Amino acid sequence: MKTGIIACICFLLLALIYSCQSDTSIEFKQYYSAGSLVYQSHCQNCHGAKGEGLAALIPPLTDTSSLKKHQTKLPCIMQNGLKGKTTIAGKDFDGAMPAAGLTPIEIAQVVTYVGNSFGNKLGVVTGDDVGVALRKCN
Amino acid sequence: MRKLTGGLILLLLLGACKFNGDKKTLPIYGNRTPVTKTVNGQQVTDTVYQSIPAFKFVNQYGDSVGSKNLQHDIYVADFFFTSCPSICPIMQRNMLAVYNAYKDTADIKIISYTIDPKHDTVPVLKKYADKLGISGNSWWFLLGDKDTVYQLANSYLVNVGEDKTAPGGYMHQGYFILIDKQQHVRGSYDGTDPKQVDQLIADIKTLKAEPVSK
Ligand code: HEC
Repeated sequence: MKTGIIACICFLLLALIYSCQSDTSIEFKQYYSAGSLVYQSHCQNCHGAKGEGLAALIPPLTDTSSLKKHQTKLPCIMQNGLKGKTTIAGKDFDGAMPAAGLTPIEIAQVVTYVGNSFGNKLGVVTGDDVGVALRKCN
Repeated sequence: MRKLTGGLILLLLLGACKFNGDKKTLPIYGNRTPVTKTVNGQQVTDTVYQSIPAFKFVNQYGDSVGSKNLQHDIYVADFFFTSCPSICPIMQRNMLAVYNAYKDTADIKIISYTIDPKHDTVPVLKKYADKLGISGNSWWFLLGDKDTVYQLANSYLVNVGEDKTAPGGYMHQGYFILIDKQQHVRGSYDGTDPKQVDQLIADIKTLKAEPVSK
């Protein structure tokens, strides 16, 4: 009897953990696949299908450490664009990226896509995360 | 017997393929006007094909260059502007493939006309070329009077113009135009489509192998 209850609780716990996990992974998948479409229509022309960039004109999106460094700023970069000197993947860039004109949820999707493509593994960025980040743009 | 006919058919098919491959020449695009002349007392009708008119502009090095410098060259032309946010980066990515394929071939050039001469001054064009990794004289970025460039675009069968509603303020088409040594238009390719650009790279080879006429 006792072992039955314990087994039951264990099973429930396991089910709970499992469903939580698949919850985040479903969320991730949704953001990621929607983000790939946003990327194709808003970013790919400049940054390339493989995130390779364009010579010294447009930076690649393959430099995980640079993306990580700017991780909290990424939503602001999408919202407002980016201008001025930056060093990415050991190269200096002094170009201008225009504001992408995306909704916060699209920003979350595309940041999740870029953050987990081209060799990057930065995890999911949700619409809520983006909302918080956007309030801190200057 | 069966085997023999089978083999024969196969041979014929192969022959046909080969024949087609050898005969490939590129078409000549644009208007053509028949011109009748009298040669040795006989009436002869010749076809005059549309060609690129003479022009003289300034390149990214500040040198004055033009059609005179291209008389002995096959070249690929396109129209762009350095601050173009939409299709230009794709075009330049693809044009780099053309550049890399032919940069060491003396009689093949690339000519990119800016359609925004107000912003794209010589130093701006030079910086842009440097950032693309372009050196030497096989790829020129040309700056000229706006109306003249827009007019010239028509002879390349390309439409360009100012448009406040287009991204970056200019509307233009991303075509790569192939010009032969007689200044005829021999091909037009969507510069945003890597497959068509591969075709362009192959067609340049075909054009280069063409026997010289006239
Ligand atoms: C018109 C071309 C263009 C478009 C479109 C564009 N970018 Fe950019 N992007 C740039 C340029 C140029 C820079 C570098 C700006 C600088 O030099 O300050 C940049 C920088 C970035 C950076 C900073 C990289 C780093 O490591 O810090 C990220 C991230 C980025 N872009 C992502 C995107 C995403 C996602 C989109 C689509 C929503 C996009 N870009 C659309 C041109 C573009």
